[in-house]
Amino acid sequence: MLTQEKQAPALPETDTLLSGGQALLHALAEEGVDTIFGYPGGAIMPIYDALFDFPGNIQHVLVRHEQGGIHAGQGYARSSGKVGVVFATSGPGATNLITGLADALIDSTPLVCITGQVFAHLLGTDAFQEADVIGITTPVTKWNYQVTDATEIPEVLAKAFHIARTGRPGPVLIDITKNAQLQKFPFQGYKRCDHIRSYRPKPIVRPEYIAQAAELINSAQKPFVLWGQGVILGSAEQEFKAFLEKSGIPAAWTIMGAGALPSDHPQNVGMLGMHGNYGPNVMTNECDVLIAIGMRFDDRVTGRLDKYAKQAKIIHLDIDPAEIDKNVKTTVPVWGDCKETLPLLTQLVEAKQHTQWLAKFREFEQKEIDAVIREELFPASGEMTMGEVIQQLNELTKGEAIIVTDVGQHQMVACRYAKLNHTRSNITSGGLGTMGFALPAAIGAKFGALDRTVVAVIGDGGIQMTIQELGTIMQSGIDVKILILNNQFLGMVRQWQELFHERRYSFVDIQSPDYVQVAKGYGITGRKIDQREDLTGALQDMLAHPGSFLLEVMVTKENNVFPMVPQGCSVSEIRLK
Amino acid sequence: MSEQAPIEKEEYNITVYTENHVGLLNRIAMIFTRRKINIDSLNTSPSEIEGIHRFNIVINETEEVVSKIARQIEKQVEVLKVYYNTNEDVIWQEMALYKVPTDIIAEKAKVERLLRENGARAVVIRKDYTVFETTGHREETDNLIKVLQPFGLIEFVRSARIAIIKGSDGFNRKLREFERDEPGQDAVENEFLNSRDKVFSM
Ligand SMILES: Cc1cc2nc3c(=O)[nH]c(=O)nc-3n(C[C@H](O)[C@H](O)[C@H](O)COP(=O)(O)OP(=O)(O)OC[C@H]3O[C@@H](n4cnc5c(N)ncnc54)[C@H](O)[C@@H]3O)c2cc1C
Ligand SMILES: Cc1ncc(C[n+]2csc(CCOP(=O)(O)OP(=O)(O)O)c2C)c(N)n1
Repeated sequence: MLTQEKQAPALPETDTLLSGGQALLHALAEEGVDTIFGYPGGAIMPIYDALFDFPGNIQHVLVRHEQGGIHAGQGYARSSGKVGVVFATSGPGATNLITGLADALIDSTPLVCITGQVFAHLLGTDAFQEADVIGITTPVTKWNYQVTDATEIPEVLAKAFHIARTGRPGPVLIDITKNAQLQKFPFQGYKRCDHIRSYRPKPIVRPEYIAQAAELINSAQKPFVLWGQGVILGSAEQEFKAFLEKSGIPAAWTIMGAGALPSDHPQNVGMLGMHGNYGPNVMTNECDVLIAIGMRFDDRVTGRLDKYAKQAKIIHLDIDPAEIDKNVKTTVPVWGDCKETLPLLTQLVEAKQHTQWLAKFREFEQKEIDAVIREELFPASGEMTMGEVIQQLNELTKGEAIIVTDVGQHQMVACRYAKLNHTRSNITSGGLGTMGFALPAAIGAKFGALDRTVVAVIGDGGIQMTIQELGTIMQSGIDVKILILNNQFLGMVRQWQELFHERRYSFVDIQSPDYVQVAKGYGITGRKIDQREDLTGALQDMLAHPGSFLLEVMVTKENNVFPMVPQGCSVSEIRLK
Repeated sequence: MSEQAPIEKEEYNITVYTENHVGLLNRIAMIFTRRKINIDSLNTSPSEIEGIHRFNIVINETEEVVSKIARQIEKQVEVLKVYYNTNEDVIWQEMALYKVPTDIIAEKAKVERLLRENGARAVVIRKDYTVFETTGHREETDNLIKVLQPFGLIEFVRSARIAIIKGSDGFNRKLREFERDEPGQDAVENEFLNSRDKVFSM
């Protein structure tokens, strides 16, 4: 049923009387929507009524909480590259979306969220389940709009999808009053939107900046590429690879960019930032030309700004002019969609190999292996580490799986060590750092990529934030592998308390239920292990199991994620222990 | 950073051309509140083009902050164009109304003279009170408060600032560019992206 080809039903003839709810569904079908994550309620009932016998093949996934719904929409969007669609009712349904909207905005995830609203004549009367949804969601949406008349629906939906998916993508929310959902009107067809006069999704590429950038790159001795999610959002993975391979420049990634270039590509030198690799952080302050591609110099990446790459000339490729010079002043701003700018740059750069410079990164890598990585991935004795679990997982998936992570130590470990062969394979809450993201996002990711294995790596804290979504798995029958790395602490906070608050472990000691029993209650097979010799077998069980599987691995309690750039320090002050 | 002289804040006039859309005021205001920046003055009005709205916003900030804010505003879907200018680059005016007891003015010829000297004009004269109006810069309208205070100023109100950009040739041609599917570079891009060196400091 899930793998069925989705086909949009024929559009009703012009002047057919449709309700607002029906018109909405036709709009979704025309936009190619195959999956909706939602939760019904009074103010959105006419839309759900229209969905009940809608002729198209749109599937609706009933989630257990609207936050789960929107994170599932995000996971779907991130794995598929399509716009995620979410339904929620007015008042509490809509306010439950806020965390996900903020998450999607900061991580540039395309979503169209539809919320029901009270009848238009009741707006502002404190009607039952009325909330000022437009007001509340304005700071956390790329665009929002309230529909009070059904005739607006086709045009507004077309605009919503256009805005969500173009330029720097983001979440859009359309609030539809109940009268508009019910209102019948003569349908005039559906036209996709490709132009809004006040909205310029892409800045115009300027050849002079491309030329200046190429000149800087060609004369550089120690050039260094930093790439981010922009490469994935622009579907520019091939263009990026071609640029790298011609220029021969070493490249490091932000966690949002992970996977755009395979982990084992010879020019991939690792992860940037607070818990990134040693070499990339140190070399940021040694390179002579820094080329940032589709990344926004987040403070987790840059550390202290006034000591960040001061020696380097900086080239910034970004689609959003507001990102240029926002955190780091650039020498050459190459604004534009990197899918367009990268090939232009590739044409002008000289084919080179920076063998010696690249070798320097490998020297640092060796230091990091000796000081941190070997012990983390291949501990000889003692309790299990998070790193060895990810390492074993790599052995079994061969880097083919989609890894969805929650927030905390396990996230950093998974991002650092997971082997990724493909783009759109690392799904995590980067900018907002939303605990509770992984389980619902993994559900959505699987719906967006049915042919791939999806593994959700989650801490014992984060799983308890959205554990109710096990019900969504149960009812939809979707296949998600849930890997809980249980260190019996809110580990990331505990690490900071250990390092910066004299080990004063204030409220980070968190207890867990019997997850295997909980999973069982939802009809999901589970297993818990605490011995190293069971690890490979248990991971094999999980991956081979037909359908969802929950595996809880007890890991050492007080392990720290290293290297680390302590807050307020420069990237070159990165600590190995 | 510490060795540099502190960068002076100054008054900036931000001019925003927008679509006429419910909620846009909120979307623009939020860009300031989020950064804890106080808006000194805010005026919204129609522009020279039908259907296009114009915001005049005044804040006291450094140019670096203002330029970043301008880009964030321009990023909003319904915003067409943002300009920011110092006071030297604009012609600006604020209007003020003053309500004064009529008998005092009638008694004291001096008050008449003061009002005339300050460019005030009576808009309503009643037996009990008279309302005067002046238009000008902040100091001018402020000055008249001081002048009238001893004579029993009953009520005072001042409007938001409106400003015309000296160097601007209007928005008509730009708007036609925006309406094309492939608009030209100068319509699409921020003017201040061309003067980045002047703008940025860290
Ligand atoms: C506990 C925790 C720790 C973290 N530690 C780290 C860390 O050590 N290292 C790390 O890297 N991150 C870390 N993060 C994540 C970090 O907070 C940011 O989310 C991340 O660095 C942002 O990556 P980004 O700039 O690539 O992606 P985004 O924030 O998604 O930015 C994408 C950029 O690309 C641009 N863009 C979009 N589309 C295009 C296009 N078509 N062409 C060109 N440009 C485009 C956008 O305008 C934007 O500037 C951590 C997060 C958490 C929760
Ligand atoms: C919703 C939310 N609340 C609080 C935090 C702060 N926080 C960041 S990491 C973390 C601990 C996560 O613990 P756990 O899920 O057990 O993962 P671990 O770090 O142990 O791998 C907390 C509380 C957050 N990121 N999100």
